[in-house]
Amino acid sequence: MTVVEDLAPPPKVEVRPRGMSRREAWQRRLPLLPALIYVVVVTQIPFVVTLWYSFQNYFFDVPGGAHFTGLSNYTTVFTNANFRASLVRSVVMTASAVIVAMVLGVALAILLDRKFFGRGVVRTMVITPFLVMPAAAALVWAGPMLDPNFGLVNWLLQPFGVHHVAWLSTQALASVIVVMIWQWTPFMTLIVLAGLQSQPPDTLEAAKVDGAGAFATFRELTLPHLRPYIELGILLGSIYLVNAFDAVRLMTNGGPGTSTTNLPFYLYQQVNYAFDVGGAAAAGVVTVILTIIVATFALRMFARVFQFEEAKG
Amino acid sequence: MTAMPVRAREPRPQRIREWSGNVGWAVLTWVVGIAFFTPVLWMVITAFKPESAAETWPPKFVFTPTLAEFHLVFSGWGPFVTHSIIATVGSTVLVLLLGVPAAYALSVYPVKHWRDGLFFFISTKMLPIVAVIGPLYVIALKSHLLDSLWLLIILYTAMNLPLAIWMIRSFMLEVPGELLEAARLDGAGRIREMTSVILPVISPGLVSTALICMIFAWNELFLALNLTITNAATMPMYLISSVPQEGLYIAHLSAAATVASIPVIIVGWLAQRSLVRGLSMGAIK
Repeated sequence: MTVVEDLAPPPKVEVRPRGMSRREAWQRRLPLLPALIYVVVVTQIPFVVTLWYSFQNYFFDVPGGAHFTGLSNYTTVFTNANFRASLVRSVVMTASAVIVAMVLGVALAILLDRKFFGRGVVRTMVITPFLVMPAAAALVWAGPMLDPNFGLVNWLLQPFGVHHVAWLSTQALASVIVVMIWQWTPFMTLIVLAGLQSQPPDTLEAAKVDGAGAFATFRELTLPHLRPYIELGILLGSIYLVNAFDAVRLMTNGGPGTSTTNLPFYLYQQVNYAFDVGGAAAAGVVTVILTIIVATFALRMFARVFQFEEAKG
Repeated sequence: MTAMPVRAREPRPQRIREWSGNVGWAVLTWVVGIAFFTPVLWMVITAFKPESAAETWPPKFVFTPTLAEFHLVFSGWGPFVTHSIIATVGSTVLVLLLGVPAAYALSVYPVKHWRDGLFFFISTKMLPIVAVIGPLYVIALKSHLLDSLWLLIILYTAMNLPLAIWMIRSFMLEVPGELLEAARLDGAGRIREMTSVILPVISPGLVSTALICMIFAWNELFLALNLTITNAATMPMYLISSVPQEGLYIAHLSAAATVASIPVIIVGWLAQRSLVRGLSMGAIK
């Protein structure tokens, strides 16, 4: 198990990137075109349409269709405290879930990297939360696990003086984040474990012979080796968790109040309850612009993790 | 130098300390593993309870198991599971049909700007689909695709295609160059090279790619919830419908959640290694 290190020079067969004949160039391009056109059409057209609607006043429930309103949707977005709050909440949710999941993931991976009785069984148990359908996980946590009257969590915490806490109304945000962490720690564990297992055993052996302690070995050798794996885990985890919707919708419905409303849920509400296509589109455009800024950094990180050489202009 | 003689010379107490330390770590790992697994186990246990035993204080651990709730699920899930299977299989087939040639054009005989191509595909994964959900609804409505399985297949394909291209490409890069060379010396054209050399070699990789795509499509809720009502409602929506406004539902919900999750859990258990590779988009082998 290793991170692919040589994506840069793929072709083992004769390549002629320069001075390639037109026919050859088209022969190479042809297989790419269907997928490229498909992705452009399906993912980019909705964005263009979103841009257009963001300048329109359009409510599903108001007859007469869309009409141009200039920048008023954007004014609303920027003056809307709910939009800003849900944006901040998205960042808080994603960052805390990803960071805690990664810390737990590293710890678990180190535990699982040792040889012990029943290792395969424990590893299988640990990855299972990630395999549970997110909607199922959200509903099972909301009901059988966290219910104030019969939930398992309250029963398990009873010896610690916890009595029938209504987690989803008093600790809503934390509860949602805990479920995200529960689902994503296995993912981080798997990635970090792959990193640990790709570590050459002889360097560790050498460190041991040199009398390095376990902690020093971890800090000086293992952690630098794990770095690309940790970056990859954080990056991919963030991509998925920033879109987290299932847990919010099914555990708290964004509440109580708006205390768990993240950006995806906010936009969902705009469309489904306020029927405000124009407003949602403007909020969407702002979201996309912010995402592009973050994604530019993320893509650079990707390039580094996959060890692409820097693309020339 | 081997480790054995060194170890044999260690004084006795140290060996005992080391042994008990190992046992301590093993126990800790088991405890953490069980803690992570408990919610899943509780879901499955609750699914076998009669409804009256599911909402008690303290929670019941001893009860007469019943399949009643499973029977209820199997009598009600018909259209939902059918839609889910069609959307999942349909989109995965389409992903492979589009993804294999694209991955080929980005690896074996790469196009000039293959790096840009790869990054374009992955960048579409970063753009939040939630941002376009309103207009997407309007587009679907106007093109008469709202609440249809075609819509889900089209969108799930776009959702999984970038991941699949990255993953399949990583498998294609592993096809030994000598094999391609040999095929070419035998006079094989590119199509025959593909069908008789590349595809057989990467077929296990295609299977794990397909599995990953199926997991994501099977679990998808946001698009299904926004863009379908009855004609294309999928399993996650069946789960939501299993939570009624009033009355006891915990056992029923648990049975539905178990049934909905089991296929992915089993596939994931069996294919743990391909899971890692798939989730890292081919970066980790």
